Amino acid sequence: MTTDISPAAPSPAPPPSVEAEDGKQQSLLQEILSGSWLVSLLAVVVALLLGGVLIAVSNAEVVAAAENFFAAPGEFFSTLFQTVGNAYSALFRGAVFDWEARTTERAIRPLTESMVSGTPLILTGLGIALAFRCGLFNIGGQGQVILGATIAGFLGYAISLPPIVHMLIAVIGGIVGGAIWAGIAGVLKARTGANEVIVTIMLNSIAGYALGYLLKQNWFTHTNSANPQSRVIDDSSQMFLLLPPPFRLHFGFIIAILATIFVWWLLERSTIGFEFKAVGANPHAARTAGISVSKVTVTVMIVAGALAGLGGAAQVLGTEFKLTGGISGSIGFDAITVALLGRSKPLGTLLAGLLFGAFKAGGYLMQSQTGTPIDIVLVVQSVIVLLIAAPPLVRSIFRLPTPVLKRKED
Amino acid sequence: MTAQTVDNTPSQVKALAPIAWKFPIVYTILALVSFIFFGLIGRDGETTFRVATGGDFFAIPDVVISSTAAGLALGIIVVIMAAVSIYVAIKRISLGSWFPMLFGILFVVSFLAWAGGGSGGVIPLTTLLAGALALSVPLIFGAMCGLVGERSGIINIAIEGQLLAGAFLAAVVASVVKNPYAGLLAAPIAGALVAVVLTFFAVKYWVNQIIIGVVLNVLVVGVTSFLYSTVLTQDPELWNARQKLPNLPIPILSDIPVLGRVLFDQNILVYIMYVVVIALQIFVFRSKWGLRMRAVGEHPKAADTVGIKVNFTRVRNTLLAGAIAGLGGAFFTVGSGLAFGKEMSAGQGYIALAAMILGKWNPKGALLAALLFGFSKSLGNTLQSIGTPVANELLLMLPYIVTVFAVAGFVGRVRPPAAEGVPYVK
Repeated sequence: MTTDISPAAPSPAPPPSVEAEDGKQQSLLQEILSGSWLVSLLAVVVALLLGGVLIAVSNAEVVAAAENFFAAPGEFFSTLFQTVGNAYSALFRGAVFDWEARTTERAIRPLTESMVSGTPLILTGLGIALAFRCGLFNIGGQGQVILGATIAGFLGYAISLPPIVHMLIAVIGGIVGGAIWAGIAGVLKARTGANEVIVTIMLNSIAGYALGYLLKQNWFTHTNSANPQSRVIDDSSQMFLLLPPPFRLHFGFIIAILATIFVWWLLERSTIGFEFKAVGANPHAARTAGISVSKVTVTVMIVAGALAGLGGAAQVLGTEFKLTGGISGSIGFDAITVALLGRSKPLGTLLAGLLFGAFKAGGYLMQSQTGTPIDIVLVVQSVIVLLIAAPPLVRSIFRLPTPVLKRKED
Repeated sequence: MTAQTVDNTPSQVKALAPIAWKFPIVYTILALVSFIFFGLIGRDGETTFRVATGGDFFAIPDVVISSTAAGLALGIIVVIMAAVSIYVAIKRISLGSWFPMLFGILFVVSFLAWAGGGSGGVIPLTTLLAGALALSVPLIFGAMCGLVGERSGIINIAIEGQLLAGAFLAAVVASVVKNPYAGLLAAPIAGALVAVVLTFFAVKYWVNQIIIGVVLNVLVVGVTSFLYSTVLTQDPELWNARQKLPNLPIPILSDIPVLGRVLFDQNILVYIMYVVVIALQIFVFRSKWGLRMRAVGEHPKAADTVGIKVNFTRVRNTLLAGAIAGLGGAFFTVGSGLAFGKEMSAGQGYIALAAMILGKWNPKGALLAALLFGFSKSLGNTLQSIGTPVANELLLMLPYIVTVFAVAGFVGRVRPPAAEGVPYVK
């Protein structure tokens, strides 16, 4: 057993046997681009089933019913389906449409909440997806979100400007923050070949500590409180709401859609985007064709960081309204899974961001109503991405035929 | 010495390497900082270094030094050392690793003397060092795990997940069996299980290893947090009761003041760590196993040609590595006598990864790097508790900045195993 290639999966979509030298970057790109939407859908189904198993085995009632399985099998199954069904229906009601709500507003509010949760994920996910397309692993979404949020938030309360202008200035600050942070990794990669994975991970921690430090400085937080958090941002810098108050959907969502269109244009219609993709596909060939790989590396990281910074700005100006140590939550890491699920394509990332936003929004209702911890969402999300990364596995689970030499769509 | 003999033969003059200015410049800057800030414009008052801890074999009195005097004296020494470093750089003499270490220690001591002054602070030296070791243990295990994996050609970003899984299973098993040593047996299994998933996707499906690693970390956080919230909190007495590995002081050695206490009055997990590091340092470079591992990680095709089973070697070593990381995770729970808490590995796996790279994929180097991370964190904690002018966060940030510089090639060439991350397909 020298090689572990199973006969069940004769041809994992792209043949990664190609040239070992660039196998790493090339196979990454091909992995992300290959596979079909059906595989994505099935991956979601499998992940939800696995999540259901986890919910069931951790539920005391189900376990009790299982102990009496041979006495009353029917009761076991009804308890099982009820428990899992309740959890998932609460998830759905919290994420899309609440049919138990009294007013129409409340019934459709969950969908907008999913959009709110999805906004920073989409923006940051776009940044990570863009870097993936260029063969770069931007694990530093977290740090870039923190920097973006920090600068956007600070500008949001430290200066006073008329509405809209103030918000735009703060948003630009966020973009610059993220771009600088990712740019460091890009420059180091281009100049010294420093592995961007390690550098961005380190920059994540540095950003976290830097924010922690700043939140203890009164000149920064504009408060005298001992709590490590900043003043609430000015009304003029808040992202305005798209719908009247019970809804929280804000302008950031429009920005996310615009950013998606921008990234699509960049990758599919612009010269520089072509260079990005060329470098991602094969840096040596790109260099031979006269593309400056180091310039592309730096540019990609700057644009990617700008997008992530935008995500941070949307988070602080649209949802949180003040800086705290946990401002970034786990957006930076969730965004990696969003980009992977979206196969690093702009539209895919948008949809994946919405899906994960829905999981997040629905997870809260599920936790409060059925007592199923929101952590199950993490399990479902990570299983989805694991399965999507290995289409042959999904195909072998469902006995799907292996596609005949699938070509890249674009 | 040898450099001078080379100098005398004119035919070889051209072959001389350019003078390495990086380190002398760093030394000089640090020495000037030390001399000026900690010495000349230092803070008045005295700093007490407390060596003694409660039950010492023989009590050592506190060392009380004047902050300014110590700053000046140490400042002068480090300035001299910086001058020496410039001299040896011009002469192209290599000093070995003792020089930066001595320099670092002197710098830290002068910093401590400065930080402790003014506030009249007592610096508990033994606690500081013990804390550093305790904070380093999971990092060291994690770094060893990453090292074995990457030397065999499998990038393991999932160290974080393996630590967390190890911590979880160790706590649960120890609590259910009511014996901390049972947890110690369970932890490696948890770490290896994560490695099973990693290798399954990496070797069988050729999925990009960084992707799997990142996703596995999320998965382990999800599963452990979910089980924690549902099962563990329902009956914490049964599932998540504290169990602590007892300290097993080694006779005589543990009676040595300061270092003996810190190093040899520990629980078995720490001793296992010593053994793992020493064993790896020997076996990676001096055994058949190590040679094969490195061959598979550097040039799998060549290894295959001489009959080494590439993927089998990779899987086996990655599982072994996972078990090592699992043990490291046990330190969070049974090793420290704590119950399991959500996400209690708190990013340590990523730091372990950095330590491994900073240590240039070398057990000895990774050990030192992990200790550096642990020490700076412990220093941060200590200084925070005695109240000093330096912000805790800035200190904690230092090792990460150092790593960025190291990865950027500042500390010599850092070269990963050539075939890491590349699936081997015949």
